[in-house]
Amino acid sequence: MAQPILQLIDLCKNFGGVVALDHLNIQVEKGSITSIIGPNGAGKTTIFNLITGIVNRSSGKVYYNNEDISGLKPHMIAEKQIARTFQNVQVFPQMTVLENVMVGRHVKSHLGFILSSLIPPFFRIEEKRIREDAHQCLSIAGLSHLAQKKAGSLPLGNQRQLEIARALAVEPKLLLLDEPASGLNSRETYNMGKLIQKIKEMDITIVLVEHDMELVMDISDKVNVVNFGRSLASGDPSEIQANADVIAAYLGT
Amino acid sequence: MDHRNYIGLVIIAVIIAFIPTLVKNDYYIGILVFTALNCLTALGLCLLMGYAGQISLGHAAFFGLGAYSTAILTVNLGWSPWIAMGAGACLTAVIALIIGVPALRLKGHYLAMATLGFGAIVNIVFVAAVGLTGGPSGISGIPQLNFLGIELNTDKSFFYFSWAVVILGLFLALNLIHSRVGRGLRAIHDSQEAASSLGVNTSKYKIKIFVLSAAYASVAGSLYASFINYIDPGPFDVMHSVLLVVMVAVGGMHNIWGAMIGAVLLSILPEFLSALSDYFGGIGIAYKSDYDMLIYGGILLVIMLFLPGGLYEGIQRLLQASRNLINRFKMRAFS
Repeated sequence: MAQPILQLIDLCKNFGGVVALDHLNIQVEKGSITSIIGPNGAGKTTIFNLITGIVNRSSGKVYYNNEDISGLKPHMIAEKQIARTFQNVQVFPQMTVLENVMVGRHVKSHLGFILSSLIPPFFRIEEKRIREDAHQCLSIAGLSHLAQKKAGSLPLGNQRQLEIARALAVEPKLLLLDEPASGLNSRETYNMGKLIQKIKEMDITIVLVEHDMELVMDISDKVNVVNFGRSLASGDPSEIQANADVIAAYLGT
Repeated sequence: MDHRNYIGLVIIAVIIAFIPTLVKNDYYIGILVFTALNCLTALGLCLLMGYAGQISLGHAAFFGLGAYSTAILTVNLGWSPWIAMGAGACLTAVIALIIGVPALRLKGHYLAMATLGFGAIVNIVFVAAVGLTGGPSGISGIPQLNFLGIELNTDKSFFYFSWAVVILGLFLALNLIHSRVGRGLRAIHDSQEAASSLGVNTSKYKIKIFVLSAAYASVAGSLYASFINYIDPGPFDVMHSVLLVVMVAVGGMHNIWGAMIGAVLLSILPEFLSALSDYFGGIGIAYKSDYDMLIYGGILLVIMLFLPGGLYEGIQRLLQASRNLINRFKMRAFS
């Protein structure tokens, strides 16, 4: 069995009296596309928010490459080369598409407040490199032609692509995609699937939360089913589709 | 795109160089010095509000801290005004840090309330700490600045100097905006969650820009004290904080040039209005100076109603419209 890049062990999260995650265990193999599916409110996005440090866990551990990363701040998680997208798209609407991706190069560049204000951008070697790297990420996501457009003016499909391009700029080893196909039409969803597979080939491990079962079953190496904050089942797509518990709780007949 | 901003700097420098040949009246030159100081404060506030998206209704306090530092250190302790200016900026930065760490955990209205409260407290200290600040009667006899052997004792010399500082402040701000730090700040403005997920240390960045913004205001305050040689708590009250926010908003928050336009306009507008009242008096209409505020408020209302993005956006739209018009005429001429 391949080495796990991410392990969630006995993860619990309570929001007040509401139990969002209840001793959840998930293992993600390096180089795989691992999906997390489950009904709305099952705690899927909470899993991502816990991994990336946006919310604090109640108990349990998150291991990344055998290192305990539970409780780290969000920006530290990014420094560990874990990137994510958001279910409710969170591009920076006032900035251009290119600038959005340039923000993604933050952890890969270094000038602080003082040097940045003293040196004009055209004398900064770093600035040129950031721009070039960002262009490269845009071309992977197929957005090069929109580089100078305001991100807020793009249609949803392009915004979802942009979030992925921006996440790629972090040079992630682990990429968390939160419903990347939500709100997309069938053609856009197909292209999104292609893009995700292309990213997998770049040696990036992907965790996918998604409701589009065709997409999930099509591209996943492994599927985890979560219900009421607990792991219900886990296995490869064909096993999951045949699992009686899963059909009862989620897939239906 | 970047270089156009820097050409703007040169244009301002040229305009500044020519103004004293057009404006002979010392009174108006003095107004333009105050305009420069407002520009400097508005620049810092714009970095905080327009770029990082964090409001401050306490900037007059930072402006005042700079002014009082200069006044107390030069008059009471006999320090050089330059060292006093630096010390004032450092002191203001430390105070901004102490205020910023808890306050910047708040968002929106709550942050506005916290900074408003801070501004009010500082103003009360200026009035009440009579032993240190001279209380309501203030501090007089603040020495002039001497820049490389040139005594800045005339309105004209101070005019050049203050605008040079504005251009320097603009230069630094432009550099910062077009850097990874500037993009990080704008990212915080749009979505803190997304910014932090990309590695931007959002709480640290917010505090740092708050401190930098306060330092801009402090330097402006020190220059103010050195220019008019006398200060009292009056100009550093909450109304001035509000006016500074209005300058940035009227000009256009999302762009540093917008803040400049807003600061210039709102600094010289009252002068135009008083000229207006002279005119009305001349033609026999009783015009009270109270009406100034009415017209002033009306202009603000109209701008905010019809140009929520501020004057900068309005100018951009106007340019675009005229470009379209010219293109249409060209098309017609050729067809």
